[in-house]
Amino acid sequence: MAADNEHGPHSALRRKLLMGLASIPAMAMMPRSAFAAAPPTSAVNTTGLAVTDTEVTVGILHSATGTMAISETGSIQAEKLAIAQINEAGGVLGRKIKVIQEDGASDWPTFAEKAKKLLVNDHCAAVMGCWTSASRKAALPVFEQYNGLLYYPTFYEGLEQSKNVIYTGQEATQQILESLNWVTKEKGAKTFFFIGSDYIWPRTSNKIARKHIENVLKTKVVGEEYFPLGHTQFNSVINKIKLTKPDVIFTDVVGGSNVAFYKQLKAAGIDLSKQTLLTISVTEDEIDGIGGDNIAGAYSCMKYFQSLKNANNEKFVAAFHKMWGEKTVIGDVTQAAYLGPFLWKMACEKAGSFDVDKVVAASADIEFKEAPEGYVKIHPNHHLWSKTRVAKALPSGQFEIVYESPALIEPNPFPKGYQ
Amino acid sequence: MLGDYSLGDLGAIFAMQGFAGLILFSVYVLMALGLAVIFGQMGVINMAHGEFMILGAYVTYLCSTFFQTHLPGLFGIYFFVAMILAFLASGALGMIVEWTLIRHLYKRPLDTLLATWGLSLILQQSYRTIFGAREVGVELPSWLIGSVQVTDTIEVPINGLFVMAITTLITVGVGLLMYRSRFGQQVRAVMQNRPMAGAVGIDTEKVDRYTFGLGCGIAGVAGSAFTMIGSTGPTSGQLYIVDTFLIVVFGGAASLLGTIASAFSISQTQSTLEFFLSGSTAKVLTLLAVVGILMVRPQGLFTLKVRR
Repeated sequence: MAADNEHGPHSALRRKLLMGLASIPAMAMMPRSAFAAAPPTSAVNTTGLAVTDTEVTVGILHSATGTMAISETGSIQAEKLAIAQINEAGGVLGRKIKVIQEDGASDWPTFAEKAKKLLVNDHCAAVMGCWTSASRKAALPVFEQYNGLLYYPTFYEGLEQSKNVIYTGQEATQQILESLNWVTKEKGAKTFFFIGSDYIWPRTSNKIARKHIENVLKTKVVGEEYFPLGHTQFNSVINKIKLTKPDVIFTDVVGGSNVAFYKQLKAAGIDLSKQTLLTISVTEDEIDGIGGDNIAGAYSCMKYFQSLKNANNEKFVAAFHKMWGEKTVIGDVTQAAYLGPFLWKMACEKAGSFDVDKVVAASADIEFKEAPEGYVKIHPNHHLWSKTRVAKALPSGQFEIVYESPALIEPNPFPKGYQ
Repeated sequence: MLGDYSLGDLGAIFAMQGFAGLILFSVYVLMALGLAVIFGQMGVINMAHGEFMILGAYVTYLCSTFFQTHLPGLFGIYFFVAMILAFLASGALGMIVEWTLIRHLYKRPLDTLLATWGLSLILQQSYRTIFGAREVGVELPSWLIGSVQVTDTIEVPINGLFVMAITTLITVGVGLLMYRSRFGQQVRAVMQNRPMAGAVGIDTEKVDRYTFGLGCGIAGVAGSAFTMIGSTGPTSGQLYIVDTFLIVVFGGAASLLGTIASAFSISQTQSTLEFFLSGSTAKVLTLLAVVGILMVRPQGLFTLKVRR
């Protein structure tokens, strides 16, 4: 992409003119319908976005370097795959998507700075990006100030709704409530022990879980523990678990701590086929590092698992493996990131425009029937209607789905009675 | 929280908790030993210590995959081979780094902080480029997995015992090397008075290089051992660096015994507090205690008496 910019405007203009001239005879032969697919640029772009007659620019903003690269690599891959597929099928409003990728470098101020660059310098029509809540919070004011459009893929704590963001992951109530109901009904769970990393997402999620357990299920939380990010020694808390003997260990530990936690749990002789463990922070991506043997038997609740059986997902998994290698695993967020470009495309087509205001207005009630997770619909609150699934980790590193919510769950980022 | 339990249950828990503390102690000693050699003996603030550990972890990962595909029959003992290779790899890298970078900065100790910080970033990104951004899973031989059933209720994790054994071995080895061998004598001589050591015919540059290599090599072994209990990824080294410096500084930089004493007191405080309070609170209280003690004894727990 950089190579294109090295030519001066003069030569680029000449090339375009020549191409235009060359195409005149060809145009005469084209049927009228060929033009219907690509409405004129002046009509689809009234706000100065980077849209030409043949191209529309979209940004990708994730961490390709730094701590978060572990998690965000999958999202970058999924978004590139989605964009490649859209381009293959003819693009959006007759225009191919051109990608400008920026690196947030796992540093939150960098996310804000790069977001500004993508919106102000590159005039991106939309940005697929951010992963941690911290990076989203840092970039959010930029998107609101310059009226950009962000597709955010991660499941997160909720308590947010912005005109300029479409949240393609689940918010906390969607992910948690159904799985707690399931574990209560299926395993007869009466007591819960919470273990989380010490930052906003686990704390908010556990707060919601606790309210649901105490007020709705009328059962008990017997322990709630938080550890600093990057904590690697869990033997003491494991002893505490042995002492309190909870029916369910409910975890939202993240990052390197996650690996240490499951390895030590296994070493301490806690057998996950006998002790029920429910996690909201382990996807196929994490199992890669934890090791399938160490976590086999644990239950994870997410909206998507790679092993999901449906025609959409089989196509998606095959295409993903073809592009990024057979061994690459696909986790929940990777799938959610894949939805972003498609949801944007459909909103643009519904609006007949790339203008952010019109795309946002058209977004509500957009349905994506080809989603790998099955079917999703954008709620007017910018989150997605989606199903929640509970799955059991297998030694192979994949999940076996044991439960699926019967209906789509309504996103509720500001749950009453849970705050 | 202890009201409803029988005396036997409580006894078992306290026994296991004692082991948890001892395991944490061994982990801390193993983490800190390499740094104690480098920072304590040479005065080099090595911010890339964690990355040398992770090099050891990646060597272990490569070994495990190699043995799995080519020598599955010997998989049970690959861990020992891996640890030796980890020592050699990290040690060799350490000597190269000393020769190209550190030796120019001995007179500017604060600059070594920046230089090694930069080195750690370079190493992290290299791991990311070579091994990928995702964490890798290291397969363990089956005898290292699970726990020993001491009584009906007391279970002790095998990999914890293994780490304890390794730590003891290496600590004794380093102790002998530093205080009973000719090389150790030279290292200590160079540390106490560089020009004088040079004057009596010690090749100070060579001693520096080997000392740095030794410290890095021990870090590599530690990293290799930690694949059993922690994660192996490009930035996993960062998880250990703060605790490592804390232990070495708290123990008194130039003293091996100090490092051990400090690891013991910090690990016991940490694991006991973690049991009775929550994880984050335990960490805060431990750090507060360390800060308090360092205010009273800025030189750390143990110091060598040196005439300056």
